[in-house]
Amino acid sequence: MSLELRGVTKTFGSLVANDNINLKVDDGEIHAILGENGAGKSTLMNIVYGLVQPDSGEFLVDGNPVTIHQPADALAVGIGMVHQHFMLIPVFSVLENIILGHEQSTKIGSLESSAAREKILKLASEFGFHIDPDAIVENLSVGVQQRVEILKALMYDAKILILDEPTAVLTPQETDEFIEIMKKLRASGTAIIFISHKLREVKAVADKITVIRQGKVVAIADPKSTQEELASLMVGRPVNLTEKKTIHHDNAVVVKVSELNIADEVGRPLVSNINFEIHKGEILAIAGVQGNGQTELANAMVNLHKNVHGSILLDGQEIVGLSVNKSLHSGIAYVPESRELDGLIGKFSIAENLILDTHHEQPFAKGIFMSNKAVEEEAQKKVVEFDIRTQSIDAPVSSLSGGNKQKVVLARELSRPVRLVVACQPTRGLDVGAIEFVHKRILEEREAGRAVLLFSTELDEVMTLADRIAVMYKGEILSIVDASATREQIGLLMAGVKS
Amino acid sequence: MKKFYNRIAETALLPFLSVIMAFVISGLLIVFSDAAVLKVIGSPGKFIKVASSTFMNAYIALFQGAFFDPHLTQGHTLLQGFYPLSETIVTATPLILAGLSVSLAFQSGLFNIGAQGQFIFGAIGASYVGFHYTFSPVVHVTLALLAGIVLASLWGGFVGLLKARTGAHEVIVTIMMNYIAGFFILWILKTKSFLRPRRIDPLAPNIKPSAELPHLLGSTMRLHAGILIALLAAVFVWWLLNKTTIGFQFRAVGANASAAKTAGISVGVTTMLTMTIAGALAGLGGAVHVLGNQYALTSDIAGSFGFDAITVALLGRAKPRGTVMAALLFGALRTGGRTMEANTSTPLDIVLVIQALIVLFIASPALVRFIFRIKNLQSQGTLASKGWNG
Repeated sequence: MSLELRGVTKTFGSLVANDNINLKVDDGEIHAILGENGAGKSTLMNIVYGLVQPDSGEFLVDGNPVTIHQPADALAVGIGMVHQHFMLIPVFSVLENIILGHEQSTKIGSLESSAAREKILKLASEFGFHIDPDAIVENLSVGVQQRVEILKALMYDAKILILDEPTAVLTPQETDEFIEIMKKLRASGTAIIFISHKLREVKAVADKITVIRQGKVVAIADPKSTQEELASLMVGRPVNLTEKKTIHHDNAVVVKVSELNIADEVGRPLVSNINFEIHKGEILAIAGVQGNGQTELANAMVNLHKNVHGSILLDGQEIVGLSVNKSLHSGIAYVPESRELDGLIGKFSIAENLILDTHHEQPFAKGIFMSNKAVEEEAQKKVVEFDIRTQSIDAPVSSLSGGNKQKVVLARELSRPVRLVVACQPTRGLDVGAIEFVHKRILEEREAGRAVLLFSTELDEVMTLADRIAVMYKGEILSIVDASATREQIGLLMAGVKS
Repeated sequence: MKKFYNRIAETALLPFLSVIMAFVISGLLIVFSDAAVLKVIGSPGKFIKVASSTFMNAYIALFQGAFFDPHLTQGHTLLQGFYPLSETIVTATPLILAGLSVSLAFQSGLFNIGAQGQFIFGAIGASYVGFHYTFSPVVHVTLALLAGIVLASLWGGFVGLLKARTGAHEVIVTIMMNYIAGFFILWILKTKSFLRPRRIDPLAPNIKPSAELPHLLGSTMRLHAGILIALLAAVFVWWLLNKTTIGFQFRAVGANASAAKTAGISVGVTTMLTMTIAGALAGLGGAVHVLGNQYALTSDIAGSFGFDAITVALLGRAKPRGTVMAALLFGALRTGGRTMEANTSTPLDIVLVIQALIVLFIASPALVRFIFRIKNLQSQGTLASKGWNG
């Protein structure tokens, strides 16, 4: 089945989200839509799936015009969608989630499930999914939950599958498996629209790449193009993806972590026996599959976690047991893993978010009196310094794109006197331009002689930035290797194999 | 200036439309429950005439009872016509303070159901200092108010302490604390120190005249200085929330406790402080009610002020100015309702229907948007507290 879009335009107020977009997806094709955050990819897909009505434009399925006003219409013509944020009910089983919205009753009025179960098992074996239909969704890993979403679409005969940023939530291993799944789907004749801004993946699977910038199709690119070429098309200017590394070592130890153990509320160990040092001007990256204790270790660095035993010396001073506020002010910049949840207050303005940590200090406050003027001046300064793209410093921070949100977090955290930068997944969900900015900024901190502790599940990022790499597995650091280690070596360590 | 109007329209439109709709629907109820109207329901001409006059009479009586009654000016000054307005303000005064208590807690992400209990303790403190001691007038009033504030802030702060230390949810705790306060006042009114001499019913002695809040418009009007205190408190809450580091922390914790914590703000301290100040505000409401209006402590001193305060805070969108307006509206409904009941065949209960409908519409912005076909009305975030685990 093929899908063609002709002249799709959608405006929100004065913003043109999609400008006369033409797109053709053929049978059994993986068609990547590449674009930065805010380029209009998601709007376009929401239009195709009937969640958003276009101002103008036509849809043709197998050459015949169709109208799509709601998701049910899309499903009826064979278009399915897997959203970036899953639409699953956590406490329901896989089976229940899949039949949700299509429930049928048996003659005695109970829920008919045996036919659905059979079909699920058949589809699962066809595509090599290992899925137990009776498993409860909240107990499944993110990668498996995604397969449930895909099954949900396939169950109702989707011939065109829209995958919105499907790898954003996956670990490197899961991503590799996911790419295999896409290839199998293609082989079975399903057309896939694959939305992403990750160049490596797009290059790995796409048959055709449509690049969207500021709501317009700017190019139909060949998957054989280099990453630099694709990135430049996406951003609209030349991009230098490989960062320069100047060796800049100093022997002084800034941070010394020894015998650090972290337990949960009931005393079960989460992280055990952590030892490492970071020198001036050095980046130590903590690599590992998500959920191996990185979050807890990161939180412990600024005392956000209770039940921490051991020692963290910052320039010789013990910081374990300090309040969060004192830890931050002892010279740690902390970029939390989740910008939206832990980094920023969505309802607050950009200006207010920039002083969350220092609102009670001079010049923003005298006693308990806050000075709006000082707060505004600080915001104006930071917006320029960190190139935060916004119309007003009074705009709520939730109105910013992911990249600009991260710039607000960085601007705030780097505004204090800093000796150690703790950055957790600093580029997760960001587009090429923003990643470039964040990487540049982290390297600048390194050059300025700060110690950097980088937590990242992106192997590429770790390999680009780190001077040394520590791999965490099941709450322990398996090994600390030099930056010259190969991807394979680190991949094995991430899987828990210690040579 | 345009920006200013837009902002008003954005924040006030939904409450305003909710109030209008509540009045319209209640009006239908008034009409269709009226015996005179039902008698003529068969003939359209008569029906419209009787129905419209019933409708108008009820709301005119409500208005006259709440704001200005021309009949009262006969043989008196024009000012006397505003006697109902004075009554409205007197009723609204404690409601403003209790409403501010709930609003402040909302801003900090807490659902303070406990304004009732805090109100009671404020009343007990003010009453005791008011009747037991003797001071010069200004000093006496101040000390009596302070006694109410201190008792109530301890009562409220305890909830904050429990939440900060143990994670106990403030909704459950404050509901239970309301029961305790309700029975505590029953008990204390029967103790020797509170029982009025030669009486056995639960009634405390009148406060000394030196502890009374002065009347503002002479002895014929009950309007007392409490309204000034309430308005000052509203300004104080606005200032606290928007101009101080403490308010910044309150709002930060209310909007995203997790991010606030990560930025080094102590959520526990903020919670305790919020509940302490919320308690103080509701307590001040109780104190003002005793010192300006009731003079003697009774077991029913708090009436339903503490619970109406929740509605008032919701209607006022947890903003100080909105809370004041909402409390005045509720004060007007209560006072006007009494006149309506006296002068027309419409019962006072209709006021409860109006109040309930206002809450219903406020709580369902999508419904209001649908009825009035408003597209761009921002939802402004729902005010209800976070889940039980929050």
